Amino acid sequence: MLEAATRSVAIREADEPVGRPAHIVIRDLDMAFGDFVVMRGLSFTISRGDVFVIMGGSGCGKSTLMRTMVGLLEPARGEVLYDGASFTAAPPERREEMLRKMGVLFQQGALWSSLTLAENIALPLQQYTRLGPAAIAEVVDLKLSLVGLRGFGDYYPAAISGGMRKRAGLARAMALDPEILFFDEPSAGLDPISSKLLDDLILELRTSLGATIVLVTHELPSIFAIATNGVFLDTESRTMVATGSPQQMLASCPNPNVQTFLRRGAPARGAGASSAPGSEES
Amino acid sequence: MTEPHELSFRRDEGQALEVRLAGSWTKAEGLPAVDELRRAIDLPAPPTRVAFDARGVLRWDSALVAVVDRLVELARARGVPVALDGLPAGVVRLVALADAVPERAGAAAAGRSPGLAARLGEVVLALWDDVVGFVPFIGDSVLAITALLTGRARMRVTDFFLAMQDCGASALGIVSLISLLVGLILAFVGAVQLQQFGATIYVADLVGIAMTREMGAMMTGIIMAGRTGASFAAQIGNMKVTEEIDALRTFGISPMEFLVLPRMAALFLMMPLLTLYSDFVGMAGGMIVGVGMLDLTPEQYVKHTMDAVSMTNFSIGVVKGSVFGVLVALAGCLRGMQCGNDSAAVGRATTSAVVTSIVLIIVTDAVFTVICNVLGL
Repeated sequence: MLEAATRSVAIREADEPVGRPAHIVIRDLDMAFGDFVVMRGLSFTISRGDVFVIMGGSGCGKSTLMRTMVGLLEPARGEVLYDGASFTAAPPERREEMLRKMGVLFQQGALWSSLTLAENIALPLQQYTRLGPAAIAEVVDLKLSLVGLRGFGDYYPAAISGGMRKRAGLARAMALDPEILFFDEPSAGLDPISSKLLDDLILELRTSLGATIVLVTHELPSIFAIATNGVFLDTESRTMVATGSPQQMLASCPNPNVQTFLRRGAPARGAGASSAPGSEES
Repeated sequence: MTEPHELSFRRDEGQALEVRLAGSWTKAEGLPAVDELRRAIDLPAPPTRVAFDARGVLRWDSALVAVVDRLVELARARGVPVALDGLPAGVVRLVALADAVPERAGAAAAGRSPGLAARLGEVVLALWDDVVGFVPFIGDSVLAITALLTGRARMRVTDFFLAMQDCGASALGIVSLISLLVGLILAFVGAVQLQQFGATIYVADLVGIAMTREMGAMMTGIIMAGRTGASFAAQIGNMKVTEEIDALRTFGISPMEFLVLPRMAALFLMMPLLTLYSDFVGMAGGMIVGVGMLDLTPEQYVKHTMDAVSMTNFSIGVVKGSVFGVLVALAGCLRGMQCGNDSAAVGRATTSAVVTSIVLIIVTDAVFTVICNVLGL
């Protein structure tokens, strides 16, 4: 009980945006596939310790934005900065260094299927640390325990459930103790209870590891439960139409698309409904 | 037993069109042609309004909804107002649902099949992309090999050994079978011709030289293309679909070093051994025909083979085998890395890997033959 109370206080303290330094800056970002522009003119800042949610309807470019932020796609224009240093303009070696401070959880876990869970987590440690096999086994054991999979190290990804794969993917993403964790649709394909447990785990990790968390999701319960800040990408105008915490957006964003989204299709309130899409809010 | 449906049109003096529907309107009875509907709307001239009378409809499913929706679309395109109130309530709701989201501009055009010239152009462009796609991949492979030779490559030694086992020991069965049969066939074809001149002993020369110079390496190459090259493409392609390759990249691990290098190195090392093995099994096949059909003794056959087959022949075969190994690995891994993001793409990648490998093997073999001829080998 006491522990739970302390934890919730800690979360609330961390929620305070005042004075927290910028961790990730997106500047004038355009994303395109060939001639098709997915999103244009994205500019926002993610503070250290934020649980930042990238939201928007299906197919609006949320995952594309995340993939651009971790270097899997190149932007058509603009840049992504981590701690003030440009990631998009960095040479390959520098980029690799920056990537080591990030962990990514893919939608289906993306565990390497020919390796056991333990080998999956051990691989980044073998590549980037000087730890011996015994020490690596210790770290792997710890990471698996953190996501509730102690004892599953020798299982292959095909032998465990979707929810477990996702948690194992999270353990792998945390292998190098990253400063930033990216999550691509963490709740997709999970039942409500597993989804809630994963949300709790994300909050717990953010508090205990002090990591900045970037989530791509359209799950409203998760968005309202854990996000401290976010950006809304609009499919129609192909740009961002709102930034701020989900609660702020719901309370004061005049954009009807944002209101409809956050109210799960329920009609927006009178004032907001008449406003044109594309109006900026913060 | 299906009951026929009825569809009739009635124009009143005020030029309003009443569409009368009766009977059973289900998919089992079929749908009227669009032209019939279009004629009813257009002739003699577009009506002032369209109304429905569906009191006689006994049963309906999406067939009726499709007909009504088409009529509504035709009428609206001509600016004619439509009254749906004469239809069953369910049909009205479904037509409203179908019309709720307007057709997205350009959506229909995207699905339309292009003309012959456009398709030909697409094929040529795809072929060009294929050729151009190979160049950076070869460049990346050279960089990965350099990294391996300088000890900077990030790959797991276990993966290398696993790949060696997969494309070495595990392939022995099929290589044995095919090589033995190829040796038998060569000997048999040769024997039929040579018997006419009473020169059957030269079957040993024929089989020995053909296996060591050409058939050993080529047959092993083709087997490995179908077996291992396809498997590389499917494995890597599937890893692309499940985002495993993206996961490697986010850890700063190059898929070229981690996935392609161990496979390429394994095939490069295993192919010469398999080629040599195939040479000997093929010659054994020849000996079965020689001893069984041509009344030669095993000693005679072996002696003649040893006299005829030089070290040069063996060397040419082994060098070819190594080169074919690299080509099969390159084609398999390249097609895997180029794979799209769905399961159909994995199938295409696999097919393409085998086709590319076999084409490369045959073309390279032709080049080798010309070079050997020029060098007098």
